[in-house]
Amino acid sequence: MSNIALKASHIDKYFHDPYKVQALRDIEIEVLKGEFVSITGKSGCGKSTLLYIVSTMDTDYTGELWIDNSCMTGKSEPELAKVRNEKIGFVFQFHYLLNEFSVLKNVMLPGMKLHPENKLEIESRAVELLKLLKIEHLALKRANLISGGEKQRVAIARALINNPIIIMGDEPTGNLDKKNSDIVLEIFHQLSEELNKTLLIVTHDLNFARQTHRNIYMEDGRIIDNPF
Amino acid sequence: MKYKILGEIAIALMRARWKQTFVAAIGVSFSIAMFIALLGFMTGLNTLLDGIMLNRTPHIRIYNDINPSAVQPLQRIAEYKDSYLFLHSIQSNANRGEIYNAGPILETLHKDPRVKGTASKIIAAAIYQSGNISMTGLINGIEALEESKYFSFVDYIRTGNPEDLDIVSNSLFLGSGLASRLGVEVGENIQVTTASGDQLPLKVIGIIHTGISDLDKTQGYASLKTVQKLLGKSNLYITDIQIKLWNMNLAPELAKAYAQLFETNAEDIQTANAQFETGSFVRSLISYAVGITLLIVAGFGIYNILNMMIYEKMDTIAILKATGFSGKDVKQIFIGIALTIGIVGGILGLISGYLISLLIDQIPFETAALPTVKTYPIDYNPIFYIIGISFAIITTYLAGYFPSRKASKIDPVIIIRGK
Ligand SMILES: Nc1ncnc2c1ncn2[C@@H]1O[C@H](COP(=O)(O)OP(=O)(O)O)[C@@H](O)[C@H]1O
Ligand SMILES: [Mg+2]
Repeated sequence: MSNIALKASHIDKYFHDPYKVQALRDIEIEVLKGEFVSITGKSGCGKSTLLYIVSTMDTDYTGELWIDNSCMTGKSEPELAKVRNEKIGFVFQFHYLLNEFSVLKNVMLPGMKLHPENKLEIESRAVELLKLLKIEHLALKRANLISGGEKQRVAIARALINNPIIIMGDEPTGNLDKKNSDIVLEIFHQLSEELNKTLLIVTHDLNFARQTHRNIYMEDGRIIDNPF
Repeated sequence: MKYKILGEIAIALMRARWKQTFVAAIGVSFSIAMFIALLGFMTGLNTLLDGIMLNRTPHIRIYNDINPSAVQPLQRIAEYKDSYLFLHSIQSNANRGEIYNAGPILETLHKDPRVKGTASKIIAAAIYQSGNISMTGLINGIEALEESKYFSFVDYIRTGNPEDLDIVSNSLFLGSGLASRLGVEVGENIQVTTASGDQLPLKVIGIIHTGISDLDKTQGYASLKTVQKLLGKSNLYITDIQIKLWNMNLAPELAKAYAQLFETNAEDIQTANAQFETGSFVRSLISYAVGITLLIVAGFGIYNILNMMIYEKMDTIAILKATGFSGKDVKQIFIGIALTIGIVGGILGLISGYLISLLIDQIPFETAALPTVKTYPIDYNPIFYIIGISFAIITTYLAGYFPSRKASKIDPVIIIRGK
């Protein structure tokens, strides 16, 4: 058993519309289990593009991607969906929750997709996670009736429900005020330190990046040595 | 188990847009209800109209045509074998139209498992006379019981009791037109004269009204025995055997076989009444066409609501995909929505279709042609309901298929990056 959670090698990515541009050039990343890694870089340098590729949602790239020692490159769409369900937790910047469901249901859905037969177990686990993130009082509220900071915490709980190999976030605090940003960042530290989770978080908050185990700095679609 | 979670998502999506969902379902209900009511009504009417002729028409009629022999004596002479013979004005010999060996033929028929039943008959020309008025027509010697059982004789009786034909001696039923022309009523006597001049007074004990005035103006009905007596024939004499089959479609084939086997003529109902089939077929075709057109319109309604839903729920679909639901799962969710609309709408449609049918069934429909019919006829054949719900499900599935496929192909990256 290797302890590499995620490995990407020689990743190149082009956009063809409106004209051909190279968004990522020969990207090499390795994230070990238990590591807390941040990605920083100027706006437009390709952070989100990279994160969509390593989260298996974007399959239009060259190079190789390995998650939990299994090669993702070339897998079929349903296989990748299963990987995302089982092994990846994702926290978005803008897109939060399913407004048709309660907070609790939102957290449970990926769990019920993975283990449809264990509804009760998943429910109690979801409640536990909401408690961990101090939002258990919101469990039965409709997801569109809670504040932005609360939504992002629900999204983190949802990312944790299947106990994934790695949790990814694309500027998860980018849309929050200072107070809520601090709460969310504190949660990531807690996940890393107390629960030994593996995290790969894109951020523009350099202060936050400094507190992670390792920072990857990008410029113009390339990883370069951190200038800080 | 796997579908339960997809079902839950589908229901949540429908609840968020329940008004549109409801309207789409009502569209399906409406078309199914119309389909059921229309088909029930049309078929009921078809059965009724065809019944006027077909119920009463035997599937196969066995009779002996009065024809000259196919091979004339002159043709049998060896000397003229290579000659061309000219024969004019060939007449048949005194062939009486009688079916020979009626007894054994009937026995064979009753043993045949394809035959539901038979009724023997004598048809003879007759002159009906009352006072100074005389009318030419036909007298039918019938087996009243069998005639009622297999050929709906009893349905056309205006007054009188068919069993009385066998009980009251020298009695007959008259066609309504014939009775009114003769000016006779039930209980009165008339004179009946045959072609060969035999005469018998018969008592009118009932009136027949078939709705076909050519028949009602010319026909009288007595028992076999009465007519045999009138004609001066033995009690074996019959001219027609009418056969009812279990399966009417076998008639042409069986008619041929019987003609050969019994060495008589045999005519099947399809040959005798070809035009009725066409009429029924066209009426059914119209009903199906209208029903299916309505369903297609409803299908477009479902197509629209699903497209709209998918457009509105792009974010939801993207999140589902990002958190591990596959394209196939998403497709099944939306197909599930379409099918729910189809099934719920379809079942509501069946129920309202049934209720509309019941309503039409109450509307008075009096027609001189059909004394037993008081309201519009409705056919409650379960097959219409099965076809209706199947169509509902198939149409909604097709209407849901393309939007669902579109939903399954949504790229979450484009949506998530989009903001
Ligand atoms: N769909 C697209 N088509 C064309 N170019 C794109 C598309 N998405 C992103 N880009 C370009 O790729 C580069 C990287 O974008 P992105 O990964 O979103 O940057 P970041 O997240 O670091 O701000 C940018 O220059 C952006 O304009
Ligand atoms: Mg970005």
